Amino acid sequence: MGFAFEEIEETIRMVQSEKLDIRTITMGISLRDCSGNNADTIAEKIYDKITRKAENLVKVAEELESEFGIPIVNKRISVTPIAIVADNIEKDEFIKIASSLDKAAKNVGINFIGGYSALVHKGFTDGDLNLINSIPQVLSETERVCSSVNVATTKAGINMDAVALMGKIIKDTAYRTKENDGIGAAKLVVFCNAPEDNPFMAGAFHGVGEGECVINVGVSGPGVVLAALSKLPKTADFGQISETIKKTSFKITRAGELIGRLAAQRLNTSFGILDLSLAPTPEIGDSIANILESMGLSKCGSHGTTAALALLNDAVKKGGVMASSYVGGLSGAFIPVSEDAGMIEAVEAGALSIEKLEAMTCVCSVGLDMIAIPGDTPYETISAIIADEMAIGMINKKTTAVRIIPAPGKKEGDYVEFGGLLGHAPVMKVNSFSPKDFIERGGRIPAPLHSLNN
Amino acid sequence: MSEQKAIISVIGVDRVGIIYNVSKLLAENNINILDISQTILKDIFTMIMIVDIKNSTNDFNILKEELKNLGENLGVKIDIQKEDIFRAMHRL
Repeated sequence: MGFAFEEIEETIRMVQSEKLDIRTITMGISLRDCSGNNADTIAEKIYDKITRKAENLVKVAEELESEFGIPIVNKRISVTPIAIVADNIEKDEFIKIASSLDKAAKNVGINFIGGYSALVHKGFTDGDLNLINSIPQVLSETERVCSSVNVATTKAGINMDAVALMGKIIKDTAYRTKENDGIGAAKLVVFCNAPEDNPFMAGAFHGVGEGECVINVGVSGPGVVLAALSKLPKTADFGQISETIKKTSFKITRAGELIGRLAAQRLNTSFGILDLSLAPTPEIGDSIANILESMGLSKCGSHGTTAALALLNDAVKKGGVMASSYVGGLSGAFIPVSEDAGMIEAVEAGALSIEKLEAMTCVCSVGLDMIAIPGDTPYETISAIIADEMAIGMINKKTTAVRIIPAPGKKEGDYVEFGGLLGHAPVMKVNSFSPKDFIERGGRIPAPLHSLNN
Repeated sequence: MSEQKAIISVIGVDRVGIIYNVSKLLAENNINILDISQTILKDIFTMIMIVDIKNSTNDFNILKEELKNLGENLGVKIDIQKEDIFRAMHRL
C-alpha cells in the first residue's frame, strides 16, 4: 500500500518541527523474588535482577529510534514498591537498597528508576514507615532513584497520618538538597489512586498485580496538538477542536504502540500499556498552557481554563483509546508548572495560582506537579495541600498526585532552577492561613459513598 | 520475504544534483527506488522516496549515516525511516 505525499510529510513534520517523541520506554521489573534476611542480600539480588533484565533496554531503544526516526527521549525502569520487597529492613539500612537501585540504573544507562515506594492508603507496616522515613536521605544521596507514596484511594479513603508525615518528608527532602533548590522533592510524588503501570517519573512503580517484566511506553506531543489546532480557523467550534485533538492523538498513540510492541518483542518480554500523556517540556511550543490558550484564553489560568483542559484531556483519551488495545498509566494531559514554558509565563503574569491549578487537577490526568513554593512554608500547609488533592482524587475516582518543592531559602517571586527536563519555575504564593490543628488530628478520612453522586 | 520498504526524506534548499546524488548512493547500496515525489514550497525542497531495502548491501544504520553525511555535503537534511511507522500512523 502506498502513502500520500501529505501523509509522509505530516509524520516527518510532527517529528522534526512539532516535537513528537516517545517520551519514555519504561521497563517494569518485579522484584518480589528479591527479598532476603538482611539489606545486603536484598541489595545484591536487586542489582543482579535489574542489570540482567534491563541489559539491552537502552540498546533496543536506540535501534528503534534509528529505524523509525522517532526520538525516544528517556529509557527508564520501574520496580516493585521497595517497601514490599524490603519490609523487614531497619530505616538506616534502606540506603543500601536505594544505592543498589541507583547503581543498577547507572550500569544499564537509564536516567531514572522509580519504585522507591510504599502503598499506605489504609495504614503503615513497620517496613512502610521505615522506608518513608528514609526518603529524605535516599533522595539526597542517590542520583537516579525516584520515590512515591500512595496515601489515599477511592476504596480506602485517605490515610491522614501518612498525609501529615509526607508534609514533613517533603520539607526535609527539599532541605537536604538545598544546594540544588530542593531538587530532591522533585523526585518524590504523593498519590491518590496510583496506577500500577504508569511509565512516567517520578511516580512510576511496578504494581503488585503486574507480571515479571513488562514494557510500558509513554508518548507525548503537546507541540503536535498545538500545531494541529493552530491550523483551525478562529471560528471553529468546540466540536471541531475536539475532533482535531482526537485525530492527532490517534496518530501519536499509534506511533507509540508500534514502538512499544517492537521493544517488548526485541527484549523478549511482554507489552504492558501505552500511556498517552501530553507531557510538556520546557521547550517553546511544547506546552499544554499554549494549547489551552490556542482555544481562545488570553492566558492559561483565566476563567475558562478548567473547561478547556477538560475538553483537551477527554479528547486526547478518546483518540488514544481507539489507537491502542492497551491504554493505561496516567493517560491525559500533564500540567507540571516548571516543565511548561506557557505555565511559567502564566504564573509570572499573575494569571495562574495554586488554587486554579488545584481546580485544573479535577479534570486533567494527574495533579499539582512541579510547583515551587516558599521554603518556609510550614509542613502542615504542605500536608493540607496534599490532603485537598487526595480528596479530589478519592471523590472523583481518579489519580491525583502532589509533587511540590518547598525551595529552601526562596520566597514568593524568586526562581528555582532544576535544569534539563525538570526546568525552572517561579516560587508561587501559598495561602498563609494555618491548617495546623486539622492536620494534627490524625486518623483516616473514611472512604466515600459511591451513590447519590451530586 | 518480499519487499522491505523504507522512506527517505530530503528536506532543504533546492540545488542541482540532489536526486542524482541520493540515487547514486542508493544504487551503490543495491537499493531499488519504488517511487519518488517532490515539491518546492517557498524555496524549501521536499523529496520523498519510497525504496526497497531488502537487498541492501549495507546495514540499516550505516545506510542512515551515509545518507545523513551526504545530506550535510549537499546542505539538506536526509533521513531514512522504515515504512511501518507511516503505516501505523496513517492506516487503520
